[in-house]
Amino acid sequence: MKITMAHGSGGKTSAELMSSVFGKHFKNSVLDKMEDAAVLDISGRIAFSTDSFVVTPVQFKGGDIGKLSICGTVNDLLMMGAEPAYITCGFILEEGLEIETLDEIARSMALQAKEAGVIIAAGDTKVVEGSGGLYINTSGIGRIPQGRDVSAANCKPGDKILLSGTLGDHHACILSARMEIENNITSDCGCLRDITEALFEGGITVRTMRDVTRGGLGTILNEIADNSGCKIQLQEEAIPVNEEVRGFADILGLDPLYMGNEGKMITVVKGEQAQEALALIKQTEHGKHAAIIGEVEEGKGTFITTRLGGSRVLDVLYGEGLPRIC
Amino acid sequence: MCIAIPGKVIASDGTTAQVDFKGNTVDVNVGLVDPRPGQYVLVHAGCAIEVMEQDKAQELIDLFAELEDLS
Amino acid sequence: MEIKEVIKYLKAYDGPEIKLMEVCGTHTASIFKNGIRSLISPKIQLISGPGCPVCVTPTAYIDKCIEYAMKPEHVLLTFGDMMKVPGTEGSLSDMKGKGAKTELMYSPFEALEKAKAHPDITYVIAAVGFETTAPAYALMMEQTKCEEIRNIRLVTALKTIIPALTWICENQTDIDGFICPGHVSVIIGSEPYEALAETYKKPFVVAGFEAEHILAVIYDLVRQIEKKQAQVKNLYPNAVHQGGNQKALDVMSRYFEAGPAMWRGLGTIDASGLYLKDESYDGGSRGLDADMELPAGCRCSDVIVGNINPDECPAFKNKCTPLSPFGPCMVSAEGACGIWYRNQ
Repeated sequence: MKITMAHGSGGKTSAELMSSVFGKHFKNSVLDKMEDAAVLDISGRIAFSTDSFVVTPVQFKGGDIGKLSICGTVNDLLMMGAEPAYITCGFILEEGLEIETLDEIARSMALQAKEAGVIIAAGDTKVVEGSGGLYINTSGIGRIPQGRDVSAANCKPGDKILLSGTLGDHHACILSARMEIENNITSDCGCLRDITEALFEGGITVRTMRDVTRGGLGTILNEIADNSGCKIQLQEEAIPVNEEVRGFADILGLDPLYMGNEGKMITVVKGEQAQEALALIKQTEHGKHAAIIGEVEEGKGTFITTRLGGSRVLDVLYGEGLPRIC
Repeated sequence: MCIAIPGKVIASDGTTAQVDFKGNTVDVNVGLVDPRPGQYVLVHAGCAIEVMEQDKAQELIDLFAELEDLS
Repeated sequence: MEIKEVIKYLKAYDGPEIKLMEVCGTHTASIFKNGIRSLISPKIQLISGPGCPVCVTPTAYIDKCIEYAMKPEHVLLTFGDMMKVPGTEGSLSDMKGKGAKTELMYSPFEALEKAKAHPDITYVIAAVGFETTAPAYALMMEQTKCEEIRNIRLVTALKTIIPALTWICENQTDIDGFICPGHVSVIIGSEPYEALAETYKKPFVVAGFEAEHILAVIYDLVRQIEKKQAQVKNLYPNAVHQGGNQKALDVMSRYFEAGPAMWRGLGTIDASGLYLKDESYDGGSRGLDADMELPAGCRCSDVIVGNINPDECPAFKNKCTPLSPFGPCMVSAEGACGIWYRNQ
């Protein structure tokens, strides 16, 4: 069975799709009321974020667009030190999409939302003409507990920079599928809550956290250096990259430092807490391959010390990279 | 533009070879070379342009050995 | 000798100023990526040469590609670098919004499957490159003919490096030595540099692309210059042979013949271009010499021949950036200006 324009009509066919797919997977006390808007009890400082997901293929090794749409928004909230609580999902379906595919994606979203500890509080579906594509927008809110002050402007000389794992896995996974290159590269698509909780519960003073998505590590570190008015100095050899991803990047002339990820973050902490923070991150599911990759110094810009001891600037990504990886 | 990288030949039918780049398998045209499985080829734009004589680690050792003779 | 000693020597070098030219854009990229300049004395200058095929391609060629991309029942296949090069009316990327049909290719062989699957569409390949890439196009032509595929055309901007090096030796006499392009040399061998070394009394050393390769070649060139030698050496013997790859040279000469070609910055050089012998597969590649007037203040032509480094151009970093390139060398990922901008 495929999606037709009738599924977006608002009539009986729409209602059937709602109950047979979304109703089945997204059951919860907020959504089940079927009101025009969710009514939530929430107070204090709140982080609020939205993101749209347009990846092709919609299903890939290690995840799908549904899992990605939950993790992406949840990770954005986590990076502000928030505890994600509620999320909304807007679907734009192209006619011709297999309902079975949509069902699998909705199931994976429900599973990921549960794992991430967020409730799907509202949703919407529209159908447009097309050729079986599927796009998702998610918005989320989370509470920021008292005393947390996480911002890209907080870094100070002497701080250390920690990366939670290998670079480029998601980007390489998606491009491999599109270019039909065979390998075992799996997307790192995942929710980083285990890492942020480990850090806060472990008493680490977190200056800055950022998920390393589009634009890659190079772009994100430049933003942090700019915002904090500091210089960032990295050690090339300390930056973890999976060998298979490195081989893939070589084939296409890509640089893992600019490749997109969907389950990686950098954390900047006070120098004296760096080893402790590293140990905490390494104990988590998503941080097993974490490493200290550099430090914050007086000055400006982002630099990298190369394998043979040379030094060069690490600039932001220019141009398009390649589209639709997230 | 002139980027070329080495990969290991897994199998070849004389026209196309399956070449492994650190775990990534790609079909490569071998019209310009005649590699045996197990050998490394240098690949540019989907085309093997040469058979490499040795692996990269050994190559770099020999490179500096050569320089010593020169100085 | 060990790498550490090589670096120590190059860092401590305090003799007369030496200018070395790396001809190949991929070498320029590797020099930056590995921070090579920070490992050697400022008295050893590395000058980027004309080895980025995209940067030396004239406007008339881009216009011809756009003409095909806009034509009904035609699709232009191109490597990604070409998309942003400005033509008279805009780049291929700009024209995409106006209906230009372009597809990115990783390898020219992709054209064969596409052409067979869509016999009603003519696939026009923007065949840009040096000797490294030319044999791949030739092999693809061989298969095209063998399988009697009729809906493929090539618009060639294929160039050969020896005529350009000869031009540079004639006109840029202050270059002391050359880092020869490793992958072009895989095809042509190290032998063609012999005549240049002898005529112009300068050393030519073939280099691979790892940091170690490049440092070893710089060391060798500096030592040769100090000893007033002018030898051709091959420090990439793992891939480069003296005579090159004979099969590749054979297939190239079966399908291509030499002709004059226009290089931005250098002008038209005799016998520096490769053109299809069988014109029935050619999309009108000859005589695409017309080049845009470089915008006032743009010194790309001086950058291409190594007269100045990119940061000496008045437009660099203020009028001309990768997001809004003013001159062609800023456009390509291998253009000297683009590489300098991203890595300085």
